[in-house]
Amino acid sequence: MALVVFSSELQLFTGEECTHVEAARFKEIVAELVDKYESLTEEKLMEMAVAIDGEIIHTPFLEVVGEDSELHFLHRISGG
Amino acid sequence: MSEAQEFKYIGQRTIRPDGYDKVTGRAQYGADLSLPGMIWGRTLRSPHAHAKIVSIDTSKAEAHPDVFAVVTFKDFGSVEGESINAGEGAADVLDLARNCLADDKVLYHGHAIAAVAARTERAADDALDLIDVKYEVLSPVMDVEDAMKEGAPVLHEDMFTQGYEETPSTPSNIATRLEMKMGDIEAGFAEADVIVEREFRTPTAHQGYIEPHACTARYDEDGQSMVWCCTQGHFDVRTSTAKLLGLDLSKLKVVASEIGGGFGGKTVVYQEPVALALSRKAGRPVKMVMNRDEVFIATGPTSAAKLKAKVGAKKDGTITAMQGWMAYEAGAFKGSPMMPGVMTMFTPYDCGNVQVEGFDVVVNKSKVAAYRAPGAPQAEFAAEMVVNEVAEKIGMDPIELRLKNAAKEGTQTIYGPKLKTVGLIECLEAARDSDHYKSALADGCGRGIAAGFWFNIGGQSSVSINMNTDGTGTILEGSPDIGGSRASMQMMAAEVLQIEPSNLKPIVADTDSLPYSQGTGGSRVTFATGMAVIEAAEDVVKQIKERAAAIWNVTAEQVDYADGVAINTAGEEKMSLAEVCQAAEKTGGQISGTGNINARGAGPSFAVHLCDTKVDQETGKVDVVRYTAIQDAGKAIHPSYVEGQFQGGAVQGIGWALNEEYIFNDDGVMENPGFLDYRIPLASDLPMIETIIVEVPNSFHPYGVRGVGESGIIPPLAAVGWSVGDAIDRKVEELPCSPPRVLSLIQNG
Amino acid sequence: MAKSHVSTSINGEPVEYLCDPGDTLLDVLRNELQLTGTKEGCGSGDCGACSVTLNGRLVCSCLVLGVEAEGAEVGTIEGVGANDKLHVIQEKFLEHAALQCGVCTPGLIVSTKALLEENPNPTEEEARYYLAGNLCRCTGYDKIIRAVMDAAETMREGA
Repeated sequence: MALVVFSSELQLFTGEECTHVEAARFKEIVAELVDKYESLTEEKLMEMAVAIDGEIIHTPFLEVVGEDSELHFLHRISGG
Repeated sequence: MSEAQEFKYIGQRTIRPDGYDKVTGRAQYGADLSLPGMIWGRTLRSPHAHAKIVSIDTSKAEAHPDVFAVVTFKDFGSVEGESINAGEGAADVLDLARNCLADDKVLYHGHAIAAVAARTERAADDALDLIDVKYEVLSPVMDVEDAMKEGAPVLHEDMFTQGYEETPSTPSNIATRLEMKMGDIEAGFAEADVIVEREFRTPTAHQGYIEPHACTARYDEDGQSMVWCCTQGHFDVRTSTAKLLGLDLSKLKVVASEIGGGFGGKTVVYQEPVALALSRKAGRPVKMVMNRDEVFIATGPTSAAKLKAKVGAKKDGTITAMQGWMAYEAGAFKGSPMMPGVMTMFTPYDCGNVQVEGFDVVVNKSKVAAYRAPGAPQAEFAAEMVVNEVAEKIGMDPIELRLKNAAKEGTQTIYGPKLKTVGLIECLEAARDSDHYKSALADGCGRGIAAGFWFNIGGQSSVSINMNTDGTGTILEGSPDIGGSRASMQMMAAEVLQIEPSNLKPIVADTDSLPYSQGTGGSRVTFATGMAVIEAAEDVVKQIKERAAAIWNVTAEQVDYADGVAINTAGEEKMSLAEVCQAAEKTGGQISGTGNINARGAGPSFAVHLCDTKVDQETGKVDVVRYTAIQDAGKAIHPSYVEGQFQGGAVQGIGWALNEEYIFNDDGVMENPGFLDYRIPLASDLPMIETIIVEVPNSFHPYGVRGVGESGIIPPLAAVGWSVGDAIDRKVEELPCSPPRVLSLIQNG
Repeated sequence: MAKSHVSTSINGEPVEYLCDPGDTLLDVLRNELQLTGTKEGCGSGDCGACSVTLNGRLVCSCLVLGVEAEGAEVGTIEGVGANDKLHVIQEKFLEHAALQCGVCTPGLIVSTKALLEENPNPTEEEARYYLAGNLCRCTGYDKIIRAVMDAAETMREGA
């Protein structure tokens, strides 16, 4: 089961630092998290980037994560 | 990839393919296209920093014999407040429209209100004087302190601060509050033997590209339209312009001209939708070119900021807690780079107890635009100054202190993931071992050191490589080349195809010729567009193998490809790339490779800079006497242009630290909108900028590339700031270190 | 307003044009004669992107009126190289990667040519001060100065 670690900002919604998820496909992981945490919305998560095992993915729509993967949601970065 | 690779072409210092046009004056920039029947557009700008628009009467201007059209906000049709990807991330369409032409309020001195298209530029300027605007002047709010005060004049009645558990019910100038934290900040400070806390200020500064914004737009009878402009992202210009004018994307072709500098400032539209609206109304092509004062008052700049940094450490140099606070000016509309400021502030340090709070605040200045590592220079300036003071207090070498606490693979960042392989330690070691650091400081001089971190980004890039029948090829890419990136694309394609780089012609294609590509920014082009080029070139190699296999009646797997030659491993035959291309007609048609990707795995680039300054004690004038920029490139594709990025970033940072600032009068009017009074560094201000390229490969890029464009502007603010303080035995808390400010520090402490 | 007729010489070729009395030489070069290699960065003589020579003297063409070119010899970036060959200064700018965006490059090359005609053996400091009127925002000047010093040396050797 992959581990999702929440930033301090997301902890406002989740009330905890991390959780394990059953799903492997990103869309299902988001659904699982939205189910688990009442105030967390799909819209909020889908507008963020995600780092899977340290690789930052800007638009993680079709990602499949491994059993031991670690996920972090983070703000999308642009640049100059 | 992690091991050092052997390369045939990458790493050479080739002559850039676009260079001949640029040294001969043939290269065409934003203002260089004229079309038959073309007329000129000019913009009416607000003389007030904050006012309600009571009425706009354009009838007299329209009656001017040389005037073809006048446009105002109403000509944009119905725009709604939805979010689009318009350059530097998501932007609100309504804000974008209101920035291009004001709706019911002007929010800064220079805010565009109307535009006129006339037979000549002079006639257009004359006609602007005939437009009658009635204002109800309001008090301007010119800095974050005033803007955040209770009872401050409010810019937007519909702005309620986001980021608190409960959204406030009264509007304010604070668009967003963001807090990030990890560990236990209080416990961290309790562990510390030494704590340093200071407050800092950085000024409003402009990207300062030498080429003013310019475009030529043409709207045809059949609804087809074309915009030629200098931009960092022509696909994003298309998105924004089409949205504002209600056009289908297929009916608007945007052509990226050569671009005379951008640094983030040319990622958003200002004139392009206005010029096209004028052309639509006038039935003629319209050219618009900003004057330099318009560039200063109405484009860019970057956020002025107020910051606090507090760092605690043990006597042995272990940093135990880091705390930051920042308020960034967004200008007239929400969206300062406060968020990346919060995220980057302390990232060079492996410290478990961190807390940073940030505020995005609107003020009556032009809306900020991205500027090279947007948000990071201000935040990391505050952090690095305090870290240097911690080193001073505990009597430790500032590089040793940084090495002891340096972020490395596995370091937990405040913004989410743990870092993968990064090169900060290697940069610090290179700084420590450099000739510069080992050389004694001259009398009366000061020395400063600072580190810098920037994420870099990936994103969408689309590339086609079309092979010719003689084995040469054309690389079509969608990323405007702002600093020599066509040379890098050429070299990466050559490396895959194993043919001379000069046999490949890289072209920045228009929006009709390629799928969407994100703009040039975030240090993404050599990384992400480079990956797309590699993928397209690999696609060509795959087809070369298939075609050769068909000729030899073997399978593609039985064909090897090396040194530009296809080899039949099941027989004796060989065919060069050129021979396979020549035979393409007989083997299924021409060969073309594509690489349309959304690149992931951008690798951060750390930088460490050393600066020696000499201060004239009588005038406060600061001279940079020696400067070294060290940065991790992952892999330098073209070392000369990598060094160029280091040097250019360093000097922009030096300018920001020493001289550059907007000066406003009490009415919020900018008083120095020209290069004489907004003084960017001159050749005579500087020494050579020494560089050291560190190469710690990015494991997510086939050749190990990290972006290098942005990190270099981060360390100079503190490297220079600390160096000046060291030279005069004072603590610098406010930039720029201009002569009056330095003199006052010397005299008053 | 009636236009003025001007007879002048640009890059060694006779040229005639009509211009408004208020048009700058820069306006004329770019908009009338399509010599767009000369760039406008500020219009106030602060950036040097519009550098040309007027009777051998380095000037900002944004500060010269079109009518002032009457009977004069104007030199622009388009006239720096020979028809089929780059000038040594242009070659050195390419070799040293002394340009990034390239918009200041024509002005810098025209100024460098003027510098080396006046002073074939400048010190680094002399070169930096002579070129202080040409702003570059991309390079930090390092590679430009190296290109200029190398061009000077090569030109001395060839002289």
